[in-house]
Formats: sequence, C-alpha cells, structure tokens
Amino acid sequence: MNKATISFEEALFEYCLRLGDTSLIMGQRLSEWCGHAPYLEEDIAISNFALDYIGQARIILSYAGKVEDKGRNEDSLAYLRDALQFRNLLMAEQPNGDFGTTVMKQYLIGVYNFHLYSLLQKSKDSEIAAFAAKSLKEVAYHVRHSGDWVSRLGDGTDESKKRIQDAIEDLWYFVDDMFQIDDVETMLLSNGVAADLNEVKKLWTATVTDKFKTVSLTIPEVNNAMRLDSRKGNHTEHLGYILAEMQVLPRSYPDAKW
Amino acid sequence: MTGEVNVEQVKELLNGVLDPEIPALTIADLGILRDVVFKDGIFEITITPTFTGCPAMGVIEQDIDEVLRLEGITNFKIKTVMAPAWTTDWMSDEGKRKLKEYGIAPPSVSTEDHLKAMITGKKHAVQCPFCNSMSTRLTSPFGSTACKALHYCDSCQQPFEEFKCH
Repeated sequence: MNKATISFEEALFEYCLRLGDTSLIMGQRLSEWCGHAPYLEEDIAISNFALDYIGQARIILSYAGKVEDKGRNEDSLAYLRDALQFRNLLMAEQPNGDFGTTVMKQYLIGVYNFHLYSLLQKSKDSEIAAFAAKSLKEVAYHVRHSGDWVSRLGDGTDESKKRIQDAIEDLWYFVDDMFQIDDVETMLLSNGVAADLNEVKKLWTATVTDKFKTVSLTIPEVNNAMRLDSRKGNHTEHLGYILAEMQVLPRSYPDAKW
Repeated sequence: MTGEVNVEQVKELLNGVLDPEIPALTIADLGILRDVVFKDGIFEITITPTFTGCPAMGVIEQDIDEVLRLEGITNFKIKTVMAPAWTTDWMSDEGKRKLKEYGIAPPSVSTEDHLKAMITGKKHAVQCPFCNSMSTRLTSPFGSTACKALHYCDSCQQPFEEFKCH
C-alpha cells in the first residue's frame, strides 16, 4: 500500500478489518469443534469462545462499515468479501488440527489479543477503545482457560507433551505475521489510534516465554517463517475453504433471513 | 398515554423488563439499561450488552418494545452502545442480593483485580449461594450462558452457577 495514496479513513478501515477478521475467522474455526470436543464442559467452553469471537467481530466490522461509508454492514463484510480482501492473521486460519493444536492456537492468539486490547483501551478512537475494553474481559477468560490446558498438556503424558510441543512447532511459522508493521499501523500509531505492535510483541513474548518455562515447552528456532503477509490479503490455502463454508448460504440466497 | 408520559414513568415501566436468561433480575439491576432521555419528542433508551456476543440482546429489545407499546407509547427508539464497556462492577447491591437468592453466586471481586488474576491464571474463591461455604471448586469456567461459570460446593454438595466477573 502506497503511503501517499492512503487516507486516514482508508487506514482506519483497514485496521478495523484486521481486528475484526481475526476474530471472525477464529470464531468460525472454533465453531467447527461444536459437538466434537473431548467432553461436554469443553464443548461448552469452545462454543463460548466462538460466540465471543463472533460478537467481537460483529462490533468492529460494523464500525468498519461506517468508517468506509459505502453502505456495507458487518454482514456484507463477513459474507461478501473474498480471501484477498480478508485481513485476519495467518495463524487464525490454520486448521484446528488435534486438540493440542487448537489449544495452542487459542493460547497464542488469546495472549496476543489480551496485550493488544489492553493497549487499545487507550486508543484515541473511542469506538476502538470501547471495543477493546469490552473484548479484553472476554479474552482474559480465553487466556486463562487455554493457558490451563497448555499447562495440563505440557505437564501431562509423554503423548500430550509431544503433541502440544508439535503444535508449537507448526504454529511458530505464523508468529512473525502477527507483528508486521506497515504504513497503516505506522500512520494510526502516530495518530494515537493503533497500538504499538513492537510493544505487543514484547509483552506477548514475555507472557508466552514464562508460561512455556513452567511446563518445559520450548520455543523453536524458525528461520523460514511464512513470508505471506495477511495485511496485504496474502493468505494460506486454508482461508478459501473456510470462506466457502461460511459464505455459502448468504451467497446462494442473497436476501435470506434466518 | 403518550403526551403526558415523562422519563420517570418510562423508567418505571422498564423496571418491569426482566433479563431473559436470569429472570430474577431486571435489566436495570444488571446495568444493561444505561439511560432514558427525552429528546425532540422521542424517548431514547440506551442499553449495553454484557458480553459482545450476548444472544439475549434481541429479546431484551423486543421486551422493551412490548412493555412500552402495551402502554401506548410508540415515540421511542432503542440505542445499543458499547462504551463505556459493561462491567459487573455496575451491578447494584440489590441485584447481587436477588441473584444470590435465585441461587447464582454474584460476582465477588472487582473487574480490575479479576483481570490481573486472569493473565496469571489465579482463581478466586467463590462463596456457595446456598450454604455460604467458601469450600467450593470450579467445575467449568463456562456454563449455560456466556456470563456464567459452574461450581460445586464441597460443604452442601450442590452444584451452582456463578455470575462471572466481567
């Protein structure tokens, strides 16, 4: 994106999509577990997370629609955009994998959101600040719950330990993508709207490192991190399949009400 | 009765609107009803959701609509706001008392203390709403609705719900 051509409103719209799309895709992915979790309480927990994420996406995408001012609402943004227009983190769209992978993804993105929203509570954009303050409290529950599972699986059997460590290795390719700073971030940071991703990275790394130490999980060396850039709409192959499932009804029956 | 109705009377009517998921409490007790003002001939009723994805908001709007229309009041609009973010700190003492009476443990710590504890994984003790014992344990952090958790009391051996700090 060219610095000279992007207006403040365009940058704000992009920023809202980043926040909203990560929540939307996390919610959609987690809802795949509904009815399949290891036991009832966990099924309820995962469905609760999915509900939180969809609720958060709805708020911020609805605001994105207002900022853009082209008559799109949260539904048209969720259902009528294609993969190239989505701005969710690459990690969010990765498949659920086994329960360990789901837990680890939930934890890594949960801690990310926790620190991001803590900072965004002070955003000069009152809508973003309100969204962050509200979502933060929900995210705190996500972090505690998934963090409990990281400890349990990390301290559990050889099998559970291997699986949760494997999940870390798989997901670590997408960590770089979480902290990329581009023109949109820079412009909004200077306006006091965005949070500083360098600061988020520092806090995130500290929380995750501390947690991993307590259950002797290790952070892998990744020299070949995924070079795709979710901020430009370059996604892994998984996103298209998620969208196909999520969007089929509103695309097939454009005026459907349910 | 339009024309003679004032803000106080509308508030009084809205005091009859119960939370659809915890019908022991009114939306005013819970702090979901934020404000009622009269502007340019219209009552503006402001509500705020407890959780972002709270599915009860639609029903709450319908209930407000119904209560007012039954009294012949049609000059109103319902506005949903996100800021300031709803918190259990706003729940009235009366609300907490009613909640406990209904068998749900009310939120017991401030939102700020709660948030600090969350990131470190600490858990606070919850008092059993039936026998007041503190020897209880969390059985599931998520329950029948987004705003509740499940606990078990080791003293009276009853399962109970807690309204989560938020």
